[in-house]
Amino acid sequence: MRDIKKIIASHKRKDALFAVLGFMALMVGLLTLLALMLDLAVDGVARLKPHFFTSFPSRFADQAGILSAWVGTCLVMFVTAATALPLGVAAGVYLEEYAPKNKLTTLIEINITNLAGVPSIVFGLMALGLFVYKFRLGQSVATAGLTLALLVLPIVITATRESIRAIPQSIREAAIALGATKWQTIVHHILPYSTGGILTGVIISLSRAIGESAPLITIGALTFIAFLPDSPVKAELPFVSFAWLKSPFTVMPIQMFNWVSRPQAEFHLNAAAAGLVLLVMTLAMNGVAIYIRHRFRKRIKW
Amino acid sequence: MTRLKAEVKNLNFYYGDVHALKNINLPILEHHVTALIGPSGCGKSTYLRCFNRMHDLYPGKRYEGEILLQPDGVNLIGPDVDPIEIRMRISMVFQKPNPFPKSIYENVAYGLRVRGVSKRSVLDDKVEKALKDAALWEEAKDRLDDLAFNLSGGQQQRLCIARALATSPEILLFDEPTSALDPIATARIEELVNELKEQVTIIIVTHNMQQAGRISDFTAFLYLGELVEYGETKQLFTTPKEKRTEDYITGRFG
Repeated sequence: MRDIKKIIASHKRKDALFAVLGFMALMVGLLTLLALMLDLAVDGVARLKPHFFTSFPSRFADQAGILSAWVGTCLVMFVTAATALPLGVAAGVYLEEYAPKNKLTTLIEINITNLAGVPSIVFGLMALGLFVYKFRLGQSVATAGLTLALLVLPIVITATRESIRAIPQSIREAAIALGATKWQTIVHHILPYSTGGILTGVIISLSRAIGESAPLITIGALTFIAFLPDSPVKAELPFVSFAWLKSPFTVMPIQMFNWVSRPQAEFHLNAAAAGLVLLVMTLAMNGVAIYIRHRFRKRIKW
Repeated sequence: MTRLKAEVKNLNFYYGDVHALKNINLPILEHHVTALIGPSGCGKSTYLRCFNRMHDLYPGKRYEGEILLQPDGVNLIGPDVDPIEIRMRISMVFQKPNPFPKSIYENVAYGLRVRGVSKRSVLDDKVEKALKDAALWEEAKDRLDDLAFNLSGGQQQRLCIARALATSPEILLFDEPTSALDPIATARIEELVNELKEQVTIIIVTHNMQQAGRISDFTAFLYLGELVEYGETKQLFTTPKEKRTEDYITGRFG
């Protein structure tokens, strides 16, 4: 009896020990992130006035703003989402529902995983050769959006496949047994039930893309832009315009890079403020992703 | 007057190299309940899923022989017969309730929508009739827009029966429909099967011999992919002709 108590006590000590170690491991990451954000906030918060969001960059640090950067980021993200979503979902659905299970499919699957691990600057080099020189899209919003779309495509494909795979086979069989074709099963059931997972994946992938600067510098994003791309909405027919796609651009991380690389400490405050804005944009996107996941989970339980 | 609804002739089925069903001959009588019994892995579900070509979803399967659907004599497993056409005539209720994560109404209406019915009044009528036939109308009529998942397990299974009935199938296949349900829900489903045979021919797979005895008119005993014995349920359970049938129904194996 005495021995058993001793053994149990020693097991419990290990239990408690791991709880402490695990908590410390958690705090290393969490506190670092928190310190980073606080540091940015302390430096940058003084710059966060309305004119910071409505001004172009300037030679004078306190007059400079992030107008062209946040507009550029929004436009590039729009192109990225509009390209990566249909391509990624179509590829994911094909791989899960249509592709025969053979060696070629396995090879493709492995390579999609590999693609997700390719350094982003390599995507930049490829985009420079393909989009800028070959397709003559120029150093434009379109080129940047397409480059980042390729970068996040593997993530979207994987997210799509995983959320499709979470749907039980019995649901597919139920639809098929009622006389539905494969395509009807996908449109009426598979896609609606996996929308939550797919959208979550897309937003998470966009929040990765929003912070990318290396591939965009490679394709020739400008660091100093004192004008906005053409407006996508026009007063005269046909009311929409796509001229903005061809426009030169800058994005938030590149604007930050530009300010950080200046010698004057004043500009470093601008960089901190822009970093804070970028961080909030990313966190907001992740928040939306969590909300979407929560909403869809509530409706669907297998 | 009993007529043949389907006739199974020399049916063989293979999963890859596995010979899962061996030369099965079996009549299915119209407006009767035919039960398939046998130990796990004997091929009863495999056999049932031949009737709506469910095996076509998966690679490596091969059918041989004929399942002739009467009165027109279409061979269900003929290579030139479109499985979708077959599934339009033969419905299925699965082992575990598998409602779609949609409203009760949309679950029942889905088969009709697939068949191109979109007129609200027609859908309303057919959904109501199907839910009444599945003995779910009283419980569901005030909550047709509720999610099907909010129903209890037994209600969900009756919803799946309503979904299968809404399209007025000629044959209704049940694959162990009560194995995931409690005794009370099971009793309701059994009652339902008894009522439904007036409008549809029923084939039911069950691992529960008492259930087969209670609800079926004819019983087939399958063992290791072979049809050992087929006969009127009363006769098969009281005076089986085959030794193996007797051993199984008296619980000596299985």
